[in-house]
Amino acid sequence: MDKETIIGQYPRSPDCLLSILHDLQEANPENYLTEDDLALVAAHVGLPLSAVHDAVTFYSMFSLRPRGRHIIRLCASPNCHLAGAWSALAELRTLLGVDVGGTTPDGLFTLELTSCLGVCGVAPVMMVDDEVVGNLTPDKVRQTIARYREAG
Amino acid sequence: MKRALLQALADHGLASEVQLVETGCMGPCELGPVLLVYPEGTFYVRVRPEDAAEIVVEHFLKGRPVRRLLWTEGAPPPREIPFFARQKKLVLANSGVIDPERIEEYIAVGGYEALGRALTQMTPEQVIAEVRRSGLRGRGGAGFPTGAKWEAVRAAPGTPKYVICNADEGDPGAFMDRAVLEGDPHSVLEGMAIAAYAVGANHGYIYVRAEYPLAVRRLEVAIAQARKLGVLGERIFDADFSFDIELRMGAGAFVCGEETALIASIEGRRGEPRPRPPYPATSGLWGKPTLINNVETYASVRHIILNGADWFAQIGTAGSKGTKVFALAGKVRNTGLVEVPMGITLRELIFDIGGGVPAGRAFKAVQIGGPSGGCLPASLLDVPVDYDSLREHGAIMGSGGLIVLDDSACMVNVAKFFLEFTADESCGKCIPCRVGTRMMLGILDRITRGEGDEEDLRRLVEIGEMVRAASLCGLGQTAPNPVLSTLRYFEDEYRAHIHERACPAGVCPDLVHYAILAERCRACDACRRACPTGAAQGTPGQPPYRIVDSLCIRCGACLEACPFGAVEKRPGQRG
Ligand SMILES: Cc1cc2nc3c(=O)[nH]c(=O)nc-3n(C[C@H](O)[C@H](O)[C@H](O)COP(=O)(O)O)c2cc1C
Ligand code: FES
Repeated sequence: MDKETIIGQYPRSPDCLLSILHDLQEANPENYLTEDDLALVAAHVGLPLSAVHDAVTFYSMFSLRPRGRHIIRLCASPNCHLAGAWSALAELRTLLGVDVGGTTPDGLFTLELTSCLGVCGVAPVMMVDDEVVGNLTPDKVRQTIARYREAG
Repeated sequence: MKRALLQALADHGLASEVQLVETGCMGPCELGPVLLVYPEGTFYVRVRPEDAAEIVVEHFLKGRPVRRLLWTEGAPPPREIPFFARQKKLVLANSGVIDPERIEEYIAVGGYEALGRALTQMTPEQVIAEVRRSGLRGRGGAGFPTGAKWEAVRAAPGTPKYVICNADEGDPGAFMDRAVLEGDPHSVLEGMAIAAYAVGANHGYIYVRAEYPLAVRRLEVAIAQARKLGVLGERIFDADFSFDIELRMGAGAFVCGEETALIASIEGRRGEPRPRPPYPATSGLWGKPTLINNVETYASVRHIILNGADWFAQIGTAGSKGTKVFALAGKVRNTGLVEVPMGITLRELIFDIGGGVPAGRAFKAVQIGGPSGGCLPASLLDVPVDYDSLREHGAIMGSGGLIVLDDSACMVNVAKFFLEFTADESCGKCIPCRVGTRMMLGILDRITRGEGDEEDLRRLVEIGEMVRAASLCGLGQTAPNPVLSTLRYFEDEYRAHIHERACPAGVCPDLVHYAILAERCRACDACRRACPTGAAQGTPGQPPYRIVDSLCIRCGACLEACPFGAVEKRPGQRG
């Protein structure tokens, strides 16, 4: 779907701003919002570009810089922390060769931390895009990354 | 697992006789994946795809349960297991029982009956009076009386009015709202519709955090089905009342759970809180009168309308009525969601339902109410869990997160950990919260490094009280709680860090040291090989080995490597 079609599905009202931004970001293989996107959305919902920019920079899920095709978000909240999220993080760092906030050179993954994902029952947990992967061990991290690498 | 079960059912020609229902969370997450088979109520735990064929053949074909997968071998049905027996399920009654993607199943268990009754037999004023009399208080944290809020919105001048459901659940460790949204989404829609009728609104929003894609999907399905069946839309139940609901997603900002920030976020702005008053009840979304309640609050409403305010009010304590869902976590045997009557004691919650602290460790404290809550010690285990008792002791109900800490936890470190969270999530708009939390963190950091002094304790309290009093929104106003409550109940531990330069729990790396017990050391060389910095030294066959403190980075590798238990971690710096 092109950008105009995505935006056109929504009424011209500022309360659709976040939804449109989510959709545009998801449609971009590099998982980010371009200045062009912001201008299009601003015109559609009737807000000044500066207001849209202001909102985008407030929310941690939006990025103005290119990111990987898949976003890995590892939970760093207490339950996951206590359950050993840090060994999962160490494994992710080694496997991907990037630090938190970094994108792999092949453009496949960006590694991020997040606060509680609300699935503490299977802590430690990470989300890869929309998939929740729980009960993380270094081994399970390896398998998951391998699965995504294979799928591309 | 689902695929394996479906396959096994198909293989044995049972696909049309056994229905596989994907439910919401049943509670005991640490035993997952779990499987509940009706009509008998057989409860299987830790099932694996490999078990599917056996379950199908044994249970469904031969009619005998697979004993090795039962909760415990030969155990009673789940209703009688203490984990379930001490609970009282209202809000979670349908989670794990009905298929949340089929409105028919919700209706079959009495769904939308309360809405029907409200619309056809009650005036909006009567609905409000009933909710008021039930004593229901908001489950989103602050515990504001729900009936009074509804009345304020109804009385507020201005149209249109809005109804918002706060499903931004951001407290780390809390996931009850997700369980309700995923397991019983219609109960939330029904509560919102009843509320809309009561306050005079025709339009509702559910603001869900974007981290909950499954909840979003289930809500979309539920809303579509409700519209199709006419329980949302025009002239619901042929009454002179129309109501529709739209979903809005967050984008990863904790502070958006605060009601004025949430409203700003729906309006397409930065999710920053603003000073109240005016409250949303008079000036909310687009400046119009707006009712905002939590997921669990809305999900409780139908029970009040169906069973009456008196019935609801007899559950709980004088000031806190009904049930509350808690998320048990940390060092406790049974983790997961539990729903209990208000007023149950912490002891019952943690020991009877939670099964207590796993063997070998002792209970030390319970952190209750999320990052804005407090830590209560063992001496307060008999405090009843209700809004007022918890607040009186320096904790809060919050969203119902409950983390059990055992004696391996350092309370200074715990306080620092929670404060780091709120400091990070501070939106930065007001100075007490933005700067005050950073100053407190700086002091805590000094203390955990052994560089604190007595003055620091006074400073923590002083800044903490300032942040509490002067912050713009609840985030800052409650951020000092973990520090102030640990100072109140575990001051000794702070003093040990300061005066003895020792971390009694052995957590803070700068305040412990490692030593080798000469009489146990067999000079096997394991510690020397494990040590990454060359701090563990010695010659094979010539005990004892030793640890050179100046080289040691306190990684603990030697302690793990030693087969003879000769390495010891000791509180305090090396004398
Ligand atoms: C920092 C902060 C975060 C909050 N997060 C939530 C939340 O995630 N969910 C929620 O229902 N209420 C949250 N609240 C409380 C809301 O501001 C509001 O009081 C609540 O939604 C009202 O609903 P209730 O009366 O049903 O509890 C938060 C408050 C603050 C100050
Ligand atoms: S703490 Fe990690 S999912 Fe809740």
